[in-house]
Amino acid sequence: MRSKRNGRAGSGPPADVSNRSTASPPYLLQLFSWAAIALVFVPALLGTFYMLLMAFSGGEGPLQAFTVLFQVPGIATSIGLSLWIGLVATAFSVLVTALFFAAFAHTRLISVLSGLIRPLLAIPHAAAAFGMLFLVAPSGFLMRLATPVTGFVHPPDWLLVNDSAGLSLAAGLALKEVPFLFFVVLAALPQIDRRLTVTAATLGYGRIWGFTLSAFPSLYAQIRLPIIAVIAYSTSSVDMAMILGPQLPPVLSVQILRLMNDPDLSLRTAAAAGAIVQLGVTALAIGLWLLAEKAVARLFRDLATRGIRLRADGAVRSAILIVAAWTFLVTYIGLVLLLLWSVAATWRFPDLFPSRFTLDGWTAPGSDLIELVWRSAALGIVSALAGTLMAVGALELEYRRGRVIGRGGWLSLYLPLLLPQIVFVSGLSFLFLRLGWDANFLAVAAVHLVFVFPYVYLTLAAPWHHFDNRYLDIARSLGKSPLMALVRIRLPILLAPLLTAAALGFAVSIAQYLPTLLIGAGRLPTLTTEAVALSSGGNRRLIGVYALLQAFLPFVIFALAGLIPRLVWRNRLGLVSAVREPSRQSA
Amino acid sequence: MENTDNQGLFLDRLRVSLRGETLFEVSTRVPPGEVLTIMGPSGSGKSTLINAIIGLLPPVFDLSGTITLDGQSLTGVPVERRRVGVLFQDPLLFPHFSVGENIAFGLPQHIRGSERRQAVERLLDAVDLEGFAARDPFTLSGGQKARVALLRVLAAEPCALLLDEPFSKLDTALRHSVRDLVFGEARRRKLPVLMVTHDAQDAEAAGGPVLNLEG
Repeated sequence: MRSKRNGRAGSGPPADVSNRSTASPPYLLQLFSWAAIALVFVPALLGTFYMLLMAFSGGEGPLQAFTVLFQVPGIATSIGLSLWIGLVATAFSVLVTALFFAAFAHTRLISVLSGLIRPLLAIPHAAAAFGMLFLVAPSGFLMRLATPVTGFVHPPDWLLVNDSAGLSLAAGLALKEVPFLFFVVLAALPQIDRRLTVTAATLGYGRIWGFTLSAFPSLYAQIRLPIIAVIAYSTSSVDMAMILGPQLPPVLSVQILRLMNDPDLSLRTAAAAGAIVQLGVTALAIGLWLLAEKAVARLFRDLATRGIRLRADGAVRSAILIVAAWTFLVTYIGLVLLLLWSVAATWRFPDLFPSRFTLDGWTAPGSDLIELVWRSAALGIVSALAGTLMAVGALELEYRRGRVIGRGGWLSLYLPLLLPQIVFVSGLSFLFLRLGWDANFLAVAAVHLVFVFPYVYLTLAAPWHHFDNRYLDIARSLGKSPLMALVRIRLPILLAPLLTAAALGFAVSIAQYLPTLLIGAGRLPTLTTEAVALSSGGNRRLIGVYALLQAFLPFVIFALAGLIPRLVWRNRLGLVSAVREPSRQSA
Repeated sequence: MENTDNQGLFLDRLRVSLRGETLFEVSTRVPPGEVLTIMGPSGSGKSTLINAIIGLLPPVFDLSGTITLDGQSLTGVPVERRRVGVLFQDPLLFPHFSVGENIAFGLPQHIRGSERRQAVERLLDAVDLEGFAARDPFTLSGGQKARVALLRVLAAEPCALLLDEPFSKLDTALRHSVRDLVFGEARRRKLPVLMVTHDAQDAEAAGGPVLNLEG
């Protein structure tokens, strides 16, 4: 239980004996954790504000930037696409996840699958998108598999990816969002009283329907904020949209990026106007979602009292399992295809496997590749270490003050995940350019930190709060200072969750496309920016190499994070029971 | 030297209240080597009293009155300087330390170098745990864990010992031997002991006065 025993702070009214032995938490710690929060929401607000400023003050009239923007061919379609794709991807991901848990909550299948799904959190969006591209494109693996039926000798002229309705992009987004929501729900599930579903079952309700009516409403309330973050991401993703999305015209976020990079510098204010429109599109999508929430809630309240039991849901459960398993499998198959392509010398269309192999893809880029790996890893390590340090500081401050962060703290943590990246990261990049901080390694790492810190904090918070604080009480009563109790007792015992959180931070950093591209001003390329840049060309071998390495780096770090505690504490069996397996709830 | 009348643990009109409502008020003296048993139903604030004396009372509680240990007021003294040892229901051995490291963690800093190792071994020998220093605490039996937890507290050379239902999780046979060991060591070291329990047999075995906390 948290906050029961953690009160040694607070100034309180001066009674004749104040038992609050230590004064308020050390000034440095307070400063530190304020800096942590400031480092997250100040850049988000600053970037957004700067974009607003550019949109309304650039050009001749206050609205001239918008006039230019709306003259861009296909801009209305771009706006509509962003809204549509964002809502479709989110609705599909939420539906699959919700139905999956309705059908299989509290079964062994969940724990079996979570081992399979967890690594997916670490796979960068771009790598997942390329994998899917190699699977479902007209010349992809699925079409090759189908040739015995179709008889094709050439890839068909179908828009299976980059389709103008954006369905392939929505599917690609779901590949990353379903695993994310899976763990969000998994973390929230223990707080839902299981007796609710048992009661529904004893009243004769089928498994899915009973869960939906009895447990889902309270579950949904717990996962609402992450879902809104998913909407914000889906309406504005850039890297996935460049790989899988429609091209003529592209989604709004990609169009904004094109305007920013246009040689005609006057289009920059139009890009700023586009960012404001993007903000509106994301807000509109969230608003529509909230309206739909109300409608669905009303519908279910109505259906719930009609006595429909839906007992025979066996077939539906199997169908759900197949759909859910498919969204998990696509990414894994994609990784295998990336590997095959990276070593393929010749891989003609109907062939299932390459006919000749080569290591050119791996050796030809030579020192460039080493530099890219090194820079990607360095950015990841710097931002993950800084993020973990900040999260420890913030959590320790919470503990010493005897209360957890409030609503405001939560919102400021989630702010960078609720605002479209294209809005505030581009704002920040213009600002940094003026300040001369562009193409600065530390500036890029700092902007990565904006995204790394919330995930590290959210991942570390659960095991931190589950920690038995009596260990610290004992250390204190044995004469150790609060700092000693933290360093000698809490941190070593929490080594495994600390490393997991840091590894997640590393994975978040590796996946960053837009912040790396824009803040680095294109002059600090990483595996991610180079891989996405290759998407417009057709060099599948190089794409395979870059995307696979991009996915491989987080895997290595996660493997180390799993291995190190086992080595360090190999003779300490108690650490397995003292620290519950951290519920890695987010990615 | 201090006046011996000062020795021991004094609680003078020690009152803990929560949002203006008094949980309890206690005035008592525990002389060195004596065990004062506090009994009361759950929710009567027994553990709160322990936390107040250690210095770990959550800020939601208000505290008035004085706590004096060997003539020195504990008012405003941080936990780590109070020299009040505590044993909880669970042994709570640090899982990442060996048995020896757990005990050494309690030893004061002035014991240095190889003396630390010898001090740990002496303590272990005294409770029939010779050769246990390198063991993983997870591999110990319940009785062994309880003994190591006691050694860890005693290693810090406390001036008073607080027991928060320390025997309630041990089975009957073990309870006797661990109880005798704890009370025996406390008496030998002339420590004032304050024990909260809901077990009448604990109170009987302690042999000291019993205070009922009604709330």
